[in-house]
Amino acid sequence: MDIPYTVQPRPETGLYNAKVGIWLFLASEVMLFGGLFSGYVLLRVGADQWPHGWLNVTLGTANTIILALSAITTLLAWVACKVGNFAKFKFFHACTLLLALTFLGVKSYEYHDKWIHYEIKLNDGTFADGHLVEKSADFDLAKKTGTFTIHGRIVTDETLLYDLRSQKNIQLTEITVPAADIKSMENYGPWHNTYLALYFTLTGLHALHILGGSIVIGYLWGPGRRMWKTDHQRFTNRIEVSGLFWHFVDLVWIFLFPVLYLT
Amino acid sequence: MSELKTAEQHNAPLTGESQSHEHPVDFPGYLRRCLFIFIAILCATSLMIWISFLPEHYTWAAKVGMILGVATANAFVVAGFLMHLISEKKMIYTVLAFTVFFVIGLFALTLYAMHDFPTGTTH
Repeated sequence: MDIPYTVQPRPETGLYNAKVGIWLFLASEVMLFGGLFSGYVLLRVGADQWPHGWLNVTLGTANTIILALSAITTLLAWVACKVGNFAKFKFFHACTLLLALTFLGVKSYEYHDKWIHYEIKLNDGTFADGHLVEKSADFDLAKKTGTFTIHGRIVTDETLLYDLRSQKNIQLTEITVPAADIKSMENYGPWHNTYLALYFTLTGLHALHILGGSIVIGYLWGPGRRMWKTDHQRFTNRIEVSGLFWHFVDLVWIFLFPVLYLT
Repeated sequence: MSELKTAEQHNAPLTGESQSHEHPVDFPGYLRRCLFIFIAILCATSLMIWISFLPEHYTWAAKVGMILGVATANAFVVAGFLMHLISEKKMIYTVLAFTVFFVIGLFALTLYAMHDFPTGTTH
């Protein structure tokens, strides 16, 4: 069966099918992320305190630049298709794929950094906060055996752990805490507080979009590029549609970065 | 791979001008445009970071307002030039108009519910 308007634009709209489809899909994506952002606004306005300086701005900036570069290379891959230069298409699409994987690598590093970051409430009412260095083999919080070593600091007031930006010259040292001295402890996972729940939800969903986009880009760069030979125009349209999705992912990050890292 | 190279040779005479229904394409022109867009994104990102580190006498609301203003301008550059929204078909604008309407509704309902926000979201 020959599906109409996969290459030529439909006269009523001036668009081929896939382009209408991707814009309708992007509209639904706007609503999905819009709902999450409005949830963020609601929870943030309702909060008495909000963490500042918990995320690494340098890494966030690096990821912003990486994603912006990948948006540029995906556009250039489409332009290369348009002008019939397959070598340039392959090069720019490979760049996009590599940049996408780099973005995911940086994001994984950031997640790992939060995963090994612990807030430990001690029996004397103070808080030990820092990154896990070593956990003794016999460490068991329930049985109160073993020791837990972190690279961090001890504070008397938990609120000091929220706003890291306003505190200058925070001194970090290696602290070994016996399990017997620990009242409770928790890592900086999504369960730790509202901010981290929002951070992991928003960036996790965004990272899934990056992963999905990478699979599509990888397919079009790999096995999917056979279509270049059989139906060049349709292949170019596919590159345009995947590019539109990629630009949308970049757009979401343009708002995620300031909302989570800077404000 | 060699088949693909053959395909490239077959398709090589196709130029952007002859294929394009919507956007005339020339590679060097796009490369220049992309360079400007990338510089604009870098500038906007730097500006947002600079605003976020402004001293204490700028209120949090003012900083957030300025940062979101720059982010919105940045988004317009990406959507306008990379997604070609500055010269798209009416159908796409219609879809986007509906989307904008519903997103504004979504945020408006959130703002409307501000007096009823969940308490205890301490941090």
